[in-house]
Parts: sequence; structure tokens; C-alpha cells
Amino acid sequence: MSVQASDSAAVARAPGLTAVSRGFADPLGRIGFALVLLLLLAAVFADVISAYEPTKMLPRDRFLGPSYEHLLGTDQLGRDLFSRMIHGGRVALMVAFPAIGISLALGIFFGLASGYAPKWLDNALLLVFDAIRSFPTVMLALALATIIGPSLQTVVLVVILFSAPAYARIIRTQTLALRNAEFVLASVATGASIWRVLGVHILPNIIGPILILVSMDLPVVITTEAGMSFLGLGVRPPTPSWGSILNDGYAFIRESPWLAIAGGLPIIITTIGFTFLGESLRDAYDPKLRKDG
Amino acid sequence: MTSVLSVGNLAVEFAAPYGPLQALRNVSLEVGSGEIVGIVGESGCGKSTLLNAILGLLPANGRIARGQITLSGTDLLGLSDRALNSVRGDRMSVVFQDPMTTLNPVLSIGRQMTDILYRLPLSAADKQARIAAMLARVGIPDPLQRIGQYPHELSGGMRQRVAIAMAMLVEPELLIADEPTTALDATLEIQIVRLLKELQRNTGCSILFISHHLGLIAELCDSVAVMYAGEIVERGSVRDIFHRPAHPYTQSLLECDPARIDEPTSRLPTIPGDVPNLLAIPAGCIFADRCPYAFASCTVKPAQRLVANGHTAACHLLTATPAHDTAAVGS
Amino acid sequence: MLFYAINRLALAIAIVVVVIAVLFCMIYVIPGDPVRIALGPLATPEMAASFRAKMGLDQPLWVQFIRFFSGILTGDLGTDILSNRGVATSVLEQLPFTLTLIASSMLWAVAIGIPLGCYAAIHRGSLLDRIIGVLSVAVIAVPSFVVAVYALLIFAVHLGWFPAIGAGRRGEPLDQLHHLVLPSLAVGLGWVGYLARVVRASMLEVMGENYIRTARAFGLPRRTIVYRYALPIAVLPTITLLGIGVGHMLSGAVFAEIVFARPGVGKLVYDAINARNYPLVSGTVLITTGFYVLATLMADLFVAGLDPRVRASLR
Repeated sequence: MSVQASDSAAVARAPGLTAVSRGFADPLGRIGFALVLLLLLAAVFADVISAYEPTKMLPRDRFLGPSYEHLLGTDQLGRDLFSRMIHGGRVALMVAFPAIGISLALGIFFGLASGYAPKWLDNALLLVFDAIRSFPTVMLALALATIIGPSLQTVVLVVILFSAPAYARIIRTQTLALRNAEFVLASVATGASIWRVLGVHILPNIIGPILILVSMDLPVVITTEAGMSFLGLGVRPPTPSWGSILNDGYAFIRESPWLAIAGGLPIIITTIGFTFLGESLRDAYDPKLRKDG
Repeated sequence: MTSVLSVGNLAVEFAAPYGPLQALRNVSLEVGSGEIVGIVGESGCGKSTLLNAILGLLPANGRIARGQITLSGTDLLGLSDRALNSVRGDRMSVVFQDPMTTLNPVLSIGRQMTDILYRLPLSAADKQARIAAMLARVGIPDPLQRIGQYPHELSGGMRQRVAIAMAMLVEPELLIADEPTTALDATLEIQIVRLLKELQRNTGCSILFISHHLGLIAELCDSVAVMYAGEIVERGSVRDIFHRPAHPYTQSLLECDPARIDEPTSRLPTIPGDVPNLLAIPAGCIFADRCPYAFASCTVKPAQRLVANGHTAACHLLTATPAHDTAAVGS
Repeated sequence: MLFYAINRLALAIAIVVVVIAVLFCMIYVIPGDPVRIALGPLATPEMAASFRAKMGLDQPLWVQFIRFFSGILTGDLGTDILSNRGVATSVLEQLPFTLTLIASSMLWAVAIGIPLGCYAAIHRGSLLDRIIGVLSVAVIAVPSFVVAVYALLIFAVHLGWFPAIGAGRRGEPLDQLHHLVLPSLAVGLGWVGYLARVVRASMLEVMGENYIRTARAFGLPRRTIVYRYALPIAVLPTITLLGIGVGHMLSGAVFAEIVFARPGVGKLVYDAINARNYPLVSGTVLITTGFYVLATLMADLFVAGLDPRVRASLR
């Protein structure tokens, strides 16, 4: 997909998209994409795929092993593990999408602001970013959950709190780099408003790094949600979350290994899938970004 | 005279995305026992490739397409990696170009010099004595103290002396010096060259001295080979090459040597044109497109023709091989 | 260098102040009774009253902040609701356990990650190199609590090779080591992969340097070149990474302590949350965050300290 363009904005769009197509040339990238696709389809069609309601209890059928009726067996309340696993994916995405969406919005806003702001404001914002990143993730999550109370919204808040500064920082770097680029200066010289410059010229150029950032961040987001639910500080039962299923697996580890498998396996598949995808996108976009040669 | 290094019809290729890059084509060279041979040529003429081929240190995409390399009768190209490793740093050694990056920064000078003596069954104390003695020979003051020092504590000139000390320490038959003075300033250059001359006189080893600095070649070497774009275009004694250059390229090189310019001038002479593309070697003489004397025959590759005893050049202008020159020159 | 150190130290202090401020805001500024938020629902009326008096809750906000801040500086992080001991004491008691866990996790990363990275670099492009590459990415991606549960499942419950609970009997180092294996594996596995990648890249870069060419030109045996000439330089970047890793491993350690019911800061704070022992929660968060900031500060300073000498000698 090569774009011959004289218009700088169109050229700016090309790197992100060609990266995507090149990312699929890499076998690991393809595997990653396949896994991600699997996750998305499973989450969207959760009701169709699962034979049971994820919260339906069959008290006499506790701790059953895998069978034709229950593909992954049942948990301590007789709930079908396969259905719970599939619906857990929905929860994961229900956290991930809004969280990343808001983080991205905040990150773009503050990143652009910081990149264009006078030095003092830039430094102040940087200090805030760094301060937030200085909290060990788990501790901050625990503290917040303690004060606000555990819920899906709390998880989303924690994710936003940690992701937004990271996004803001990267976008700030890109903004600073692009700020003095020729086509930006040219645009400013012809009297374009700051919004036009930001929206038409700078933003398209940072889509590439943003895409990579998001795909590398998704495993972290999913991990955060799963981790918090694992500790009982996230999604409230009986809503299935991979983390809480894993926790059940931990609590009943001697009764049946299948709970742990139903909770942990999707986490593994999803994190690996997004990471492979993110890595090959990054390699395709700019091999120089690769840190391992 | 017995030959220490004998390179015969060597051809080296590099695998490149657009086809094989013929870095060396039909290179032949002899270094006799106790002889100092210089290789002169511009950057990119293949000097480093030749060096790497002799040492067996070609990169992964390089291969020796044809030819032989012999060290005192040992066929280097036929040796296994292990056998070649035992020849390197024992019977032949190297002094590299950049003293700032040639030595390991986290190991002391003494450590590095002791390591290269790993084949010798001497005690640590004996090795240290040898090292100290050699450091003194190359003109490093206070050698015992230097042994414990790290490379970054020494100046560039000092580091190059250490490099020479290392190369001499193993008592090689052949010492290869790859532009050892290029990274140093002028006064140091002379010192280093004189040092090499003196060491060679004392030990009787052979030296292959690679440089693009004509003055140093004239000062140090017995005979010279002129390289251009992967070929040796002229060979002969220093006298022959500098006073009776036969190949147009050699002549141009000498003319362009800044040291030869007597009057002040704002423009230095250059050879017009560019070096040929090594991916698409022209059929005839390699220098034809830049040669002021090119004529019809130059579309055919010239063979090495005898100019005088021990002096050959690959040029069609030398149509007849003259009779033996009774004035003994070189060799 | 000194200038950088002071700069960096000032930044660290600034960050700690901001962290304390954030904590303050979480307790005092969020709508609701600060006493209830700070002490939790289990506080007795007497404790509430003394807290109210000590913190001067009727004073303006900035006065309260000063009191809060000076309290912290004097080491008073509040009182544990349940045991009535100082929070600082409780936390500092448990900290060594967590540090031991982090250190041994680091050991896994170093002992396995570095050799793997080295091997992958030397045999670049081989099948094993590719496998190591894929596995590295995989273990970096998978979260540590998942590894912890599966390690527990496979090696403790099913195979019975390692104990599932606790830190081992006091005074018996071998037993304690036995108890340390699985939790540290859970925490350190991700870093095995990470270090392998970093070392591989670093080795490849170093092997291309001129001083390695010199070593080869002098016929030094391959073993010597790899282990004495290349590897010591290649692992330098990993030292700084480990400093940063300490902070990250803290999160993993929390999970590992909970899963394996090990004593430590993680278990402490988790139990405190479940017991609504809020002063303990905030105190632990504060101390661990301070520790994290300290670890990254030291790592950064170490990088800078190492840098000029390496730079000077390499260039």
C-alpha cells in the first residue's frame, strides 16, 4: 500500500497504514492478530457461543471436569466454566475500550498541550506525569479501591490514571518533534490556527505511534482488570471476570484445576496475542524502535 | 628470497541485495622475508577487504570466490576455523587503524597483553616481564605502571604504541598494519612509522603496511602495490613507483599528493570522475573511464606487464615488455 | 555529574511530596468524613476523637496538610487500628520479607535471562535463537499472578515438589529457600524474558565493536572473547534495568505473597484492606511508593555515574 502524495497530510497518514500491512507479513504478527480477532469475536458473540448463562448455577454439578455439556467443566457453584470464560472476555473489553478511549483522549489533550505549552507548564505537567508513574501500580490500585470501593468503574479509573500519563508523555515527545517540522512551520506561516495545525498536521503523524502504544497497552489494561478482580477489588461477583475466575481457581485449587485454567488461559492468550501484534506493528513502523536488534 | 605472504589471484565477493559485490578481483601480492610492503590506494579500493581476507575475518556475507593465500607455505584458506585461530596472533598479527576503539575499555592493558600470550607456557611473571620490555621498546615510559592502567587513561598516540607492542609481542612472521597512523596527527605519524622501521630491523619480521599516505609509504616501505577498485594496478620497489610510475592511476595519485605541491594554491588537484560501481564492473581496464590516456585497447582488460625487473603495471600503454633492466631496482 | 545528581534528587523529593499530597487528597479532599476514610469503619470513637484533635480537622486545609506532612516526616504514619501499633513499625517489620522475594526474583532473571540472551546472540538466527525470542515476548506479556497460580497448581499441588504456603520455618535457611522458589519464579519469569532480549541486543552490538575484532585478530579463543571481552560490557545496561525492575517487581511480589500466603508488605496491605484497617493501607502505600522512588532514583544515578567513564573509554 504505497501512497504517492504531494500533500503533506496525506503522506502523514501513510506510515501508520503501511505499518499495519507490513505488520501482517510477520508470522508472529499474524498469530497475534488471529488471537486478537478470536477474542473480539468471542466477546461479541458470547451469548451465541456459550451454552449456558454465565451466572446460572447448577448446585449438583459442582467441579465437573470437561465434557460435551461443559467444555471446560463447572465451578464451585456449578456454573459452566466455558460460558463464564467467554463472558469474561466481554468484561475485559468493557473495561479496556472505554478506559483506553478516555486515556487516549486525555493523553492526546495533555500531550499536545504540554508539547505546545510554555516551558513552565510543560515542566509542571511532566512532574505530574512522573509522580503518577512513581506509584507502584498495585499499591495505587489497592489504595483507590479501598477508598472508592471495588467496581468496574474503579478499575477503569485505575487504568486511566496509569495509562493517560504514559500516552501524554509519548504524544508530547512526538508533538515536540513535529512542532518544528517544515510542513508544520509552513502551515503556521500561512496563518493556520493552532487547532488546524494540531488536527490536520500533527495528529495524523502520531497515529502510528499511538496505534503501537495502544496495542502494547492493551495487555497491561487487561492485566490490570484481571489483577484487580483477582484481588476482589474489581468487577463484583457474580459477573464473570477472568481475574475472579482465576481467584476461584486459586481458592479451590485442590478441588479442580479447571477453574484456574478457565481463568488464566484466556489471560495468557489475550496478553500474548496483543503483545505479538504490538511488537510486529512496532517493527513494521520503525525498526529503529526495536530494542533488541 | 622466501616469501612470507603469498596472495594469488584472490577474488572476494560480498552478497548484496542487488547482486554480488566484487570487492576484490584477481589480486596477487607477495611479501618476502624481512620485507616491508606497502599497499596504497584511496578509501574503498579494497584494502580492508584484502586484510580481512588474509586474517579470515570477512563478515558473514563475504566469501572468497577464487584464489590462494599462503603464509610461509601454509595454505590459509584451507585451514579450519580452529587452525586459523592458532595462526592468527601467533604467526601473523595486526595493528588496526583507530587506537581509540581497538582496545577493550574494561580490561587493563596488561590483561589484554597477557591474554594474547595465552599459547605460551610461561609463568605470569615471565609474561609480565616480556610485556614490560616490549612496552619499553615501543617507547612507552614507565611500563610497569601502564600495565595496570586502562585504555582510556592513555592518549591516542600511546594507545597506538600499545597496539604495536601487542602485535610485536607475539613475534609474528608477518605484521599487518592497517592505516596505523591515519587517526593520529602528523608528528605522531612519523614517530610511529620510524618505530615500525626500527622494530622491523631488530626482529626481521615482514610488514604489510596499508595506507593512503604516500609520504609514509615512501619512508617506510621497500616495495609498494597500488590498489584501485579491487585490483592491483601497479607493483614495484618504492623507487620505481615514486620515480618511474608506469600506471596512469599511480601517476595521478602522485600528482595529487598534497605534499608534492610547491606553490601555494587554493585548489588541490583531484582525479576527475568517480570510482566504479562494484556491482557492475566494466569489462575493460578498471581505470579507463578516468584515465587521461585511455584509448581503443582499453576496452579489454590489461594484463600485468613487466616495466622493469620487479616492476609491473596493468596498462595497455606498456605495449612491449622491455629487456631486463640492468640497474637493479628493488627486490 | 554532580549537577545531574542534585537535579535528579530534587525531582525525587518533588515526586515524594506530590505522592504525599495525592494521598492527602485521597483522604481529606474526597467528599466524606475524613476520619472515617482515614481510619476506616472499625475505628473506635476514642481513636476518632484523638485523630480529629491531632489532625485539627476544623483547621484550614493547608494547615491540615502541614500537620499530615510533618507527621510523616517524624515517622508517624498513623496507628494500626487492629493491633494499636505504629503503622511504620508494622510495615518495616514486613518489608524484609518482600525485599528477599524481590531479590530472589532478580536472581532468576539474572541467572537464566543473561545466559539465554548471550546464547541467542552468539547463535543468532538459529532455531534456538528464534525460540528464545518468541518465549521471551510471551513471558513478558503474561502477568505474574497468572504465573503464580499456575506454578502453584503444577509444582505444588500436582507434583508436590514445592510447598504451597508460607515462607518456611524460622532459622532454617534451606526450608526457607524451598519456600522461596515458586514465588520468586512467578515474580521473576517476566524479567527472564526481558533480560534475555536486552542482553541479546547488547551482545550483538558489542560483538560488532572494534575491540572484539582485535581480540579475534589475535586468535583469542572464542570462549575468552565471549565471556571475558564481550559479555562484561554487554551486561552493563542490565544493571540499570534491574534498579528499575525492583520497583516493578514490587507489584508482582504483592500478588505472589497473596497467592503463596507469604509474609510481606503485599500480604500486609491486602489483609489490611479486607480488615478495613485503613491507616495501615495508606501507610503501606506511602512506604512502598517511597521505596520505589528511591530504587528508581538510585538506578538513574548509577546510570549517570557509570556513563561518563564508559563513554570516555569507549569513544
